[in-house]
Amino acid sequence: MSASLRPPAIEIRGVWTRYGDALIHRDIDLVVEAGQMLGLVGGSGSGKTTLLREIVGLLVPNRGTVKVFGHAVLDPDPLVRRSVRRRFGMLFQQGALFSALSVYDNIAFPLRELRLLDEDMIRDLVVLKLGMVELEPQHGRLMPAELSGGMIKRVALARALSLEPELLVLDEPTAGLDPDRGENFVKLIRMLQKELGFTVVMVTHDLDTLAGLATQVAVLADQRIVACGTPAEVVAVDHPFIRNFFCSERTATAMQKGAR
Amino acid sequence: MGSATIATVQQEGALIARLSGEWTLARLPPPIAGVETQLRDLSARAANWNLEGIERLDSVGAILLWRAWGRQWPASLAVTPAHRHVLERAAGIVARDGSGGVAERFPGIRLIGRIALTALKDLLGIIALIGQVVLDVTYLFSHPRDIPWREFSANLYKSGAQALPVTALVGFLIGVVLSYLSSLQLKAFGADIYIVNLLGVSIVRELGPVLVAVLVAGRSGSAMTAQIGVMRVTEEIDALATMGVSRTLRLVLPKVAALAVAMPLLVVWCSAAGIIGGMVSANVQMDLAYGFFIDTLPKVVPVANVWIGMGKGFVFGVMIALGACHFGLKVRPNTESLSAKTTTSVVTSITVVILIDAVFAILTRNVGLPG
Repeated sequence: MSASLRPPAIEIRGVWTRYGDALIHRDIDLVVEAGQMLGLVGGSGSGKTTLLREIVGLLVPNRGTVKVFGHAVLDPDPLVRRSVRRRFGMLFQQGALFSALSVYDNIAFPLRELRLLDEDMIRDLVVLKLGMVELEPQHGRLMPAELSGGMIKRVALARALSLEPELLVLDEPTAGLDPDRGENFVKLIRMLQKELGFTVVMVTHDLDTLAGLATQVAVLADQRIVACGTPAEVVAVDHPFIRNFFCSERTATAMQKGAR
Repeated sequence: MGSATIATVQQEGALIARLSGEWTLARLPPPIAGVETQLRDLSARAANWNLEGIERLDSVGAILLWRAWGRQWPASLAVTPAHRHVLERAAGIVARDGSGGVAERFPGIRLIGRIALTALKDLLGIIALIGQVVLDVTYLFSHPRDIPWREFSANLYKSGAQALPVTALVGFLIGVVLSYLSSLQLKAFGADIYIVNLLGVSIVRELGPVLVAVLVAGRSGSAMTAQIGVMRVTEEIDALATMGVSRTLRLVLPKVAALAVAMPLLVVWCSAAGIIGGMVSANVQMDLAYGFFIDTLPKVVPVANVWIGMGKGFVFGVMIALGACHFGLKVRPNTESLSAKTTTSVVTSITVVILIDAVFAILTRNVGLPG
């Protein structure tokens, strides 16, 4: 059971990424242990989302390896690939709900794809997941187009959690939410993380989100990871981007609020 | 760390069910229904449950247990606080209530009614759209600076110029086939030279316009519906409205005008290709000289037929564009609706074209036909 015996949740070794002539990542190493909550920050166009997409196997790096739970996400064996993909859930920035399916069917979709559970069990699970993200069972009948921004995020989170993932990948979890709803969403994720114990990797621009969730912070700048560690360690690093990003007054208060 | 296991212990006359291992979706041994039956059997015999050996319990495991217990807490339960919390979540699910919605009476009649109402609504919608387009046109007479020339020429190019190869090919092949089949019949009566009359009238007056209309409905009509539909989904149309740009003026009118101009020209083009195809086939099949064919054509096919063909092209073009825009504007923001409306748009356009063609046939029965 001890954490050291388990392979790290994510292990990135020597990743290089190129788009045409533009070099995005230069020899990136990053390890996320199980149970950590890692916030990935960096300027616009620094390749945060690209790195996230490489973690979940939507993009292939030009060089280097990405392993999730000790297996390559793009393992040549389709069975290994599928079993790895079932162990993580991803929350897309815009939710990426299936617009032709109701909320209920959206959450039930990954469960039905398993072909292991009967419809009664799926119903109970969907209601339970809706409850987890603080939605009512009757919300299941709504179509994605009828939802507000905050509800879309919640439903997308419920869908990401439907297969009981050990790793949750969040792309801008609070983008597009007002500060109040953003804070509620952060609280919700933190509560669920405490309860279910999954690992979190997220990309965010929002300092409140970062301060509220991340136990670890990695900073992407100059095509590489310039700092990685606890928030306090990262703030202490002397780098122009980090100075700009963290060392404003606003940040200091946000970090203190998160640290309590 | 192991997969889920179930053991029973006899202790002081009572049967204790002892569960251990990982009770998670990933680690439960499939089939999960089998585990559930096992638990149910056990639940019928044992009232004491010891879950302290469980290492991980997720909602699937919790729901499995909760259902095996008949949706109530067992008489005695030993469990860690964290896992008790997970079980409490499962306990919070309300069992399915029996109300599955009241069944509709007379479903067949309701279906017919619904279809009729939808058709009526679409008809009214298209009439309203026509009205709006007419209003836009009168507005443009007094404000010629607002005429959307750029959109008009783009649509003219996309649905007119780019359709030239396919309409020519289809027209040519239909001409060849028609000429070949007719010549077989005409030869039997020694009426070979009537191939010119037959081909001329049928292609110029009837086949040319209808063929082009079907092709354009499939090619440009669907594209227009899909384009406007996606603009609805991505709220681009709302963005236009907030900028004070009329959606009918900027989106609908250029499409209608472009098809109104392009369709008659395409009809002439397609008919010409059809006649040439028929001429080639007649030459190969019946040794009918090209010169004779070209000489005879204007004598036996009055020029009124060309005008009727172009007139049909104009009306078909306007109807296809209006229908396509109407259904595009009706798309609701989901992928299913987009595909359904695109299908409806094409099917309705082609049906309407055939209907209008029948009306034309009746109205022009005394024009351009010999005798």
